[in-house]
Amino acid sequence: MESNIMIEMRGITKHFGSVVANENVDLTVRRGEILSVLGENGSGKTSLMNMLAGIYFPDAGHIFVEGREVIIRSPKDAFDLGIGMIHQHFKLVDVLTAAENIILGLPGAMKLDMNQVKKDVQQLLDKYGFELNLDAKIYEMSVSQKQTVEIVKMLYRGAHILILDEPTAVLTPQETDKLFQVLRNMRAHGHSIIIITHKLNEVLSLSDRVSVLRKGAYVGTVNTCDATEMSLTEMMVGEKVVLDIERPDPVNPVMKLHVDDVTVYNREGREVLSHANFEAYTGEILGIAGIAGSGQKELLESIAGLQPHMTGKIHYRNRKGHIKELTEMSAQEIREIGIRLAFVPEDRLGMGLVASMGMTDNMMLRSYRKGHGLFARRKEPHDLAEHIKEELGVVTPSVDWPVGRMSGGNVQKVLVGREIASSPQVLMVAYPVRGLDINSSYQIYALLNEQKKKGSCVICVGEDLDVLLALCDRILVLADGRVSGVVDARTATKEEVGLLMTSEDKKEVQA
Amino acid sequence: MSAAVKEPLFHVVKRDGTSFGRSLLIRLAAIVLALIVCAVIIVLLTGMNPLSVYAALWNGAVGTSRRMWITFRDAAILLCIGFAVMPAFRMRFWNTGAEGQVLMGAAATAAMMIYGKALPSWLLYALCPLAGIAAGIIWGVIPAFFKAYWNTNETLFTLMLNYIATQLVAFCIIFWENPPGSNSVGLINSKGKIGWLPNLDRYGCVLPILIVLALAVLLYAYMRYTKQGYEVSVVGESENTAHYAGINVKRVIIRTMALCGAVAGIAGYLLASGVSHTISTGLVGGRGFTAIIVAWLGKLNPFSMMIVALGLVFMQKGSVEIAGQFNLNENASEIITGILLFFILGCEFFINYRLEFRKHEKEAVKA
Repeated sequence: MESNIMIEMRGITKHFGSVVANENVDLTVRRGEILSVLGENGSGKTSLMNMLAGIYFPDAGHIFVEGREVIIRSPKDAFDLGIGMIHQHFKLVDVLTAAENIILGLPGAMKLDMNQVKKDVQQLLDKYGFELNLDAKIYEMSVSQKQTVEIVKMLYRGAHILILDEPTAVLTPQETDKLFQVLRNMRAHGHSIIIITHKLNEVLSLSDRVSVLRKGAYVGTVNTCDATEMSLTEMMVGEKVVLDIERPDPVNPVMKLHVDDVTVYNREGREVLSHANFEAYTGEILGIAGIAGSGQKELLESIAGLQPHMTGKIHYRNRKGHIKELTEMSAQEIREIGIRLAFVPEDRLGMGLVASMGMTDNMMLRSYRKGHGLFARRKEPHDLAEHIKEELGVVTPSVDWPVGRMSGGNVQKVLVGREIASSPQVLMVAYPVRGLDINSSYQIYALLNEQKKKGSCVICVGEDLDVLLALCDRILVLADGRVSGVVDARTATKEEVGLLMTSEDKKEVQA
Repeated sequence: MSAAVKEPLFHVVKRDGTSFGRSLLIRLAAIVLALIVCAVIIVLLTGMNPLSVYAALWNGAVGTSRRMWITFRDAAILLCIGFAVMPAFRMRFWNTGAEGQVLMGAAATAAMMIYGKALPSWLLYALCPLAGIAAGIIWGVIPAFFKAYWNTNETLFTLMLNYIATQLVAFCIIFWENPPGSNSVGLINSKGKIGWLPNLDRYGCVLPILIVLALAVLLYAYMRYTKQGYEVSVVGESENTAHYAGINVKRVIIRTMALCGAVAGIAGYLLASGVSHTISTGLVGGRGFTAIIVAWLGKLNPFSMMIVALGLVFMQKGSVEIAGQFNLNENASEIITGILLFFILGCEFFINYRLEFRKHEKEAVKA
């Protein structure tokens, strides 16, 4: 069985300053298997794999490839060993074609025979069952096609150990199935595949074995056939957790927000959201689903008064039942007419918070104008910061510690805590649990439900369809900047939503 | 398969926060190292005793009470110009136009002194700084306005305004030259010292120093405790966050550059009315750019900037002495300053990172 082991990592340790990314981690990968590396965000999955791919260099530990100890100093060393990693952010040149990207950086003869290259690549595609047009340019491609290019690029370089970092984060359910089929074909041809993930259902449906990391440390490896969703969660979290999300029924829903034919243009004048039309009610959670970049960000920003290039109207019903039009108002003007809109943007540190400031100063972002005179008051923000730290269990040395140096989950708690503190009438959150561990995620779901019960109108953009279907009352689906449907989350299925996410009739009209 | 098997000699590891004492120690070590390297270079190039060169340097900067006061005063002026770029840098607005803003402030002050001779002296005392401040504000707000409304590049814009300021002053000198034909202005109102900043002491150094110290306290409080200072920090960190918080970014850019211009105007006023009592195109003499070094080496903190400004002026004054005493030209001290700066800036790396060397004995591991 010795020769069956492709990669062995022994006692791998990596620190970043006082932050422990990996502590004494062991990992083995066998020939012709799919190994899942499972762990919550921040458990050190990606940094461990980056050490295999030559991005980081371990502080301590040994790596063996096919029984021989190796030192991997750079991605080139990793390539030479047949290790290829597909990162979450693709590393492709937009203006080149798929084939050109695949051979980019490879040595070759003086004269480039593109036809021969394409023939070789096509063989690879057929062998594993990829679907890809080699002459298409990267910028014309969907995320899933770009991912295919990345995988083929690694295979063409002779990689037989493939590492995929959260490959399904940006895919629809249908695309995910297709990817898994290809990965299974590759396994059948003797390749070893490591996928980094925190989604349990994928682990169970795809992999042969699962290695679990928790807080940088190695917890253990189990055969997938012996594992259940419950047992894996326990390994990941270290304790039993309840995986049910509460969904109270809406009480006296009243129309709160009416988005009427809103179109948003980007800087180049292209439509990124076209003719969006929907209503949101008090006491409900309206989910927004869609592939990343389908206009979710623009939709929320246009309601929050942060989109300068838009047409259409946004109506808001205040407590007395009067309808106000928010269109053309800036974030500040909306606040001045007494409308409490809270917004947790996708880009937490680039928009919602100031990374270099502490919690107190970040609380001030919403309240520093309060009070007369030249000087900003720090007392109330400081108290609020202490309160949020206590209430939500934010882990930080002090409320003056820069939020940019906190972990993602704590950053999100700070941001959500501040936004909820204003007791909003409309609460908009984008990807509220991205980067959070399971317990923090459930804490956030509970906070959203609490706002819903208070009668707020909650709008939640999410990426995990299972969660959206369990948490929301209705789900609005965006496809390529259009509202392709609104479904009842209590009755809809994942497949239905997935199909709406990819309905592309508009695209064909344009083409 | 050509696997690399050699471990690299060292790799770089990030430190997680360095204690104040440790970073101070690293900085001191850097300065000592710099002085040793300088000494070696002095011996190699000139064969002179480096200790006597250092002694001359010290002597030139603070050897007599007059020299010491002048060194302090010039450091204060440089610091003041540093204050004129600091708020902009906090906002990530790359203001390279302090040179021109100070010069315009000085020119406006000079104009006041020349044309306002007949005014009652209290009125002139009030008008001179106001004119300087107003001119500085105008020169600071022009690029800010273009940046805010048309997103022009502020670095180029402020840089080019420096040249326009120089040309404007050259033009004014044609009218103000005294004696005629000299192509220079000479001491303005040398009889009666009308409009001159009053002397509190023998060398006329105390008042400018006090003014700049007061500015330091005011600016520190402004940046740290006021609503406007808070807005500047937010805009500097991320314009998106500023929009999100409902901050009017255009207004903050213009307002902050007006503040910068005003401080530059005060520096110009101090130069024209308190130090040189004249105006020339070279009055600022590159201090508008040295001030950028002051601001950044001082990490944009008014009090750290004091130390940097003093250090730079100290080296500059000392160098003149070296040049005279040892028959070297001023470039010798430029070399010393350069080496010092290299080490001081370079030691930041060691404050933030440490090197991990290859372990020599590796325990044998078998696969």
